[in-house]
Amino acid sequence: MTQLDYSPAEKVVPVTEGPTAAPSQVGRPQVSQLLPRLFRSKAALMSLFVIVLVLIAALGATWIAPNDPSVIKLTQRLKPPFYTNSAGVTYLLGTDALGRDVFSRLIYGARVSMVVGLSAVLISGAVGLLVGLLSGYFGGLVDEVFMRICDIQLSFPTILLALTIMAVLGSGLDKLILVLGLTGWVLYGRIVRSQVLAIKNDEFVLAAHATGERQWRILFQHILPNIWSPVIVIASFTVASNIVAEASLSYLGVGVPPSVPSWGTILSDGRQYIGVADWLTISAGIAISLTVLSINVLGDWLRDYLDPRLKNIV
Amino acid sequence: MRYAIRRLFQSLIVAFGVSVVAFGMLFMTGDPAEVILGESADRMSVSQIQEFRVKMGFDRPWYVQYGSFVGKALQGDFGNSFVRHQPAFEVITDKLPATIQLASAAFVLSLLISIPLGVLSAMNPHKLLDRIATVLAIFGQSIPGFWLGILLILLFGVHLKWLPISGSGTWQHLVMPSIALAAFPIARNMRLTRSSMLDVMQRDFVRTARAKGISETRVVYVHVLRNSLLPIVTAIGLEAGFLLGGSVITETIFGWPGVGREIVSAIGSKDFYVVQAGVIMLALIFSAVNLLIDIAYSWIDPRIRYGS
Repeated sequence: MTQLDYSPAEKVVPVTEGPTAAPSQVGRPQVSQLLPRLFRSKAALMSLFVIVLVLIAALGATWIAPNDPSVIKLTQRLKPPFYTNSAGVTYLLGTDALGRDVFSRLIYGARVSMVVGLSAVLISGAVGLLVGLLSGYFGGLVDEVFMRICDIQLSFPTILLALTIMAVLGSGLDKLILVLGLTGWVLYGRIVRSQVLAIKNDEFVLAAHATGERQWRILFQHILPNIWSPVIVIASFTVASNIVAEASLSYLGVGVPPSVPSWGTILSDGRQYIGVADWLTISAGIAISLTVLSINVLGDWLRDYLDPRLKNIV
Repeated sequence: MRYAIRRLFQSLIVAFGVSVVAFGMLFMTGDPAEVILGESADRMSVSQIQEFRVKMGFDRPWYVQYGSFVGKALQGDFGNSFVRHQPAFEVITDKLPATIQLASAAFVLSLLISIPLGVLSAMNPHKLLDRIATVLAIFGQSIPGFWLGILLILLFGVHLKWLPISGSGTWQHLVMPSIALAAFPIARNMRLTRSSMLDVMQRDFVRTARAKGISETRVVYVHVLRNSLLPIVTAIGLEAGFLLGGSVITETIFGWPGVGREIVSAIGSKDFYVVQAGVIMLALIFSAVNLLIDIAYSWIDPRIRYGS
C-alpha cells in the first residue's frame, strides 16, 4: 500500500531529480529487485496470491470446475450451498434458478472476467500509447485533433457510452472487449502525452536528434522505454475497472449473453431471487470484489515501486 | 476572460462531437432500420422494411439526416418515444430532477464523509484511525457500487426491513441509493485529501506558521487544508460524470425513476430516440458542469489562466 507518504515529523528528503528528469537515467527500479521487494509487502503478496488463484481458475476451468456450468436440472432449482442431491453430488455454492452449479459457473466466470479485463486493456493500451506518443511528440494539429477527441469521449460517462454501443451492437464477448477497449484509451493517451512532453526536450533526446537519428527511432527507442511506468500502472488499474464494467454491463443484460457463465450474469440471474437465494448474489459479488481489490492493491504497490511520483497523476 | 472564451469554444467542439456520437449510434451496424426493428424485422417483408425506412427518413443521405437531426435537436425535438408516445425529450426531462436529486445527495454525502476523514487520517498518519480509514478506502474503491447496492438491499431492505428497497418519494428511499453511489467517491476523495494534506504539511510556509507559534488547529485547518483543496476540487469536477454515469446502474437496481433507469429500460424496449435524447442530455450536463468548474477554477488559481 502506501508506505511512501512522509509523516510531517520526518525530515523531507529533497528530490534531486526534477519532475522532467528521465527515470531511465538514475535509479530505474531493477527487475531483479521486483520479487524480493514484493515479498516484503504482505498486502501485495496476498493480492498476488488471489490473482494467481483467479488466473488458475480461468485457465483450468475445464478441469477444476466440479460440474458442467451449463447443465440445466430443473428438479434441483435454487438449492442452498452444500446441497447434496440424490446421486451424492455436492453443490458447494448451491444452484441457480435453472439448477445449474453456481460454484462451477463462478470458476468459468473467472475466465470471462480475465479475458475481458486483459484483452480490453491490450486494446486501450495500444491505442492510447500510440495516440499519446504521436500527440506529445509532434504536437501541433495532430495534438489538437487527438486532444479534442479525448475531450469528446470524456464528456460521456464511460459506462453510459459502453452501455449504448452494446445496446446497438447486441451482446457478445468479442463486442464487449472491443467496446471496453475503445472507450478506455483516453486515460493512457493523456498521460503518455504528458510524459512525452516532459522528456522530449531532455538531453538524451536532443542528443539523439543531434546524431541524426530518425524520428520514429527516437520515438520508439528513446522515448517509449522511458514512459512505461505510468502505462503499466494504468493498465493494472484498468484491468480492475474492466472487470467491474463487464459485470455491470452483463448485469444490465448487454454484456456477455445471459447463457455465458460470467460474474455479471450470475449477479443478474440472482437479482430476481435476492430474497430466497442470496448465495448467487453474494458469491459472485465476493468474487468480483476480491479480484478487483487484489488488482488495486497490487497496482498501488506497483506504482510505488516503479515511481512514487506517479501518485500525483494516476 | 480569454481563457473562458477559449474554454467555451472547446465546449462547443465537444457538443458537436456529442451530437455526432449520439447520431452515429444508430448507424453503427450500417442500418438504423434494422436496429430499431430488431427481431421483428425477420417477420417483415423487404418492401415493408423499405416502407419503414422511408417513413423514418433513413433513405436520405446521411449528411441530410444528420443536418435534420441537429436542427431538430437544437429545438429540443429528438423524435417521439415509440413506447410512451410522447416526445423523447420530454420523457428525459421528466426524469431529470430525480437523477439530479440522487447525484446531489451522493455528492454531498461523499464530501461530508471523505474530507473530514481524510483530514483526520493525515493528522495521525500510520496510527490506528489512519490504518482503518485506509483499509476502508481501498475496499470502497474496489467493491463495485452496484453490488454494494444489492448488499444494502439485502441487509436493510430484505432482512432488517428498515428501508424501502425500491422507488422514490421519501427521504428513506434516498438513503441506500446515495450510499451505493457515494461509496467510490468517498474512498477516492478521502485518499486524495489525505495525500494532498501530507504533501502540503511539508512545505516551508507550514513550518513557518508553526515556528510563529500559531496553534496546531489553526495550522491544520487554515494553512494546510485550504492549500490542499486544489487537487480535490479538480477531482470533484470529474466526479459529476461519475455520478451521472454511475446513476445508470444504481437507479436500475433501486428502481429510482431517473434518466439512467429510463435509458436502460428504453434500451430494453429498443426505444432508441429516448436513448439518444438521454445520452445527449447526460453528456451535455456533464460538459456544462465541467466548463463551469474549469472557469471557476481559473479564478481560484490564476496559474491556469496564464499557463499553457
